[in-house]
Amino acid sequence: MHFRVYRYDPDKDAKPYMQDYDVELEPTDQMLLDALVRIKEQDDTLSLRRSCREGVCGSDAMNINGKNGLACVTKVADLKQPIELRPLPGLPVIRDLIVDMTQFFKQYHSIKPYLINNDRPPERERLQSPEDREELNGLYECILCACCSTSCPSFWWNPDKFVGPAGLLQAYRFIADSRDQAINERLDNLEDPYRLFRCHSIMNCVDVCPKGLNPTEAIGKIKDLMVKRTV
Amino acid sequence: MVNRVVVGAHYGLTAWLAQRVSAVVMAVYSLVFVVKVLMLPQLNYETWRGLFTPGWMRFMTFLFLLSIMVHAWVGMRDIWMDYIKSTGLRLTLQVGTILWLVGCTGWAMQILWRV
Repeated sequence: MHFRVYRYDPDKDAKPYMQDYDVELEPTDQMLLDALVRIKEQDDTLSLRRSCREGVCGSDAMNINGKNGLACVTKVADLKQPIELRPLPGLPVIRDLIVDMTQFFKQYHSIKPYLINNDRPPERERLQSPEDREELNGLYECILCACCSTSCPSFWWNPDKFVGPAGLLQAYRFIADSRDQAINERLDNLEDPYRLFRCHSIMNCVDVCPKGLNPTEAIGKIKDLMVKRTV
Repeated sequence: MVNRVVVGAHYGLTAWLAQRVSAVVMAVYSLVFVVKVLMLPQLNYETWRGLFTPGWMRFMTFLFLLSIMVHAWVGMRDIWMDYIKSTGLRLTLQVGTILWLVGCTGWAMQILWRV
C-alpha cells in the first residue's frame, strides 16, 4: 500500500516535503491508523498524535486525501492510492502531522464551555425534562478533534477572531441547555461580525465531522435566537 | 496602538438579516419580471418601456435596486472582512464600496424615472 506523508521537522528541515512509504498491511490492519502504526515501525521519526484509536479522543485528526478526518475511524480500503496524509490545514505545524491547537482551544474557551447557573446546586443533580435533554443531542457528542474548524475557510482567514464551527457548536450546546442561566450573555458574546457572522454556511464542517454532527445547523439556531430577541 | 486582537462589536445581526431579506425581495421581483417579459406580445423598445411605465412596477423596481445595493454591500463587506487584514485599507475599501453602490443605485433610479 502506497502512502505519501507530509514531513516537517523545524529543527532539521528548511521546508516541508512529502515522503513516500510502501507498507505491507496485515489482514487485521483495517483502519488508517493501523497503517500509520505500521509506517512508524518502518520509520520511527514520523510523528503523529493518537490515543484511544476508536474515534473518541479526537487526537488523530488529519487531512486524508484532501479531506479532514480521524485516522482511526477511516477505513484504509476506502482510500484512493497513493494515500496522501497532511496535518490539519490552517494551524501551525509543530512537527509532521502534529499541529499546534492553541488557537483552536482559545476560541473554544472564549465561549465559556461550562454550565453557568448561580442557583445553589441541589444535593444530587440539576434535573432536566426528557424534552429539554433531547435538545442537547447532536451537540454534546463533539470530541473537539478540530476537523471542522480547520476545514473552514473563515477560520483559516480569521482564526483569531472567528470562533469557528467547533466553538460555535459548543456555544449552542450551552445556549440550548435548560439548566444554563447565561443565555443572554452568551448571545451578547457572539453577536459580532467576526465571532459569529464570518460563517457563510458553506458547510465544510458538516462534510468532515467524524461524529456526523451539524455545526451549520447549530450556528443557524444561534442566529434564529438572535433574531427572536431582536425583532 | 497596542497590537491586540479585539472583537465584540455587538452588531452583525442586522446586516445578516438585511442580506436575507433583500435576497427574498430580489427573488420575488425576478420571478414577477420574468413572467411579465414572457407575457409581452413582442420584445421591442416600446413594449420594454411599457413594462416600466406603471407606478407599481417603478415602485417594485426601486425596491429591487435598493435590495441589490444592500445585498451587494453586505457581500462585499464580508469579502473585505475575510481577506483584508489592514484596518486602514479595510475601512477605505468599505467606504469606497458604499460610495460606489450608492452612486450606482442613484444612477439606476435616474434611468428608471427618465423613461
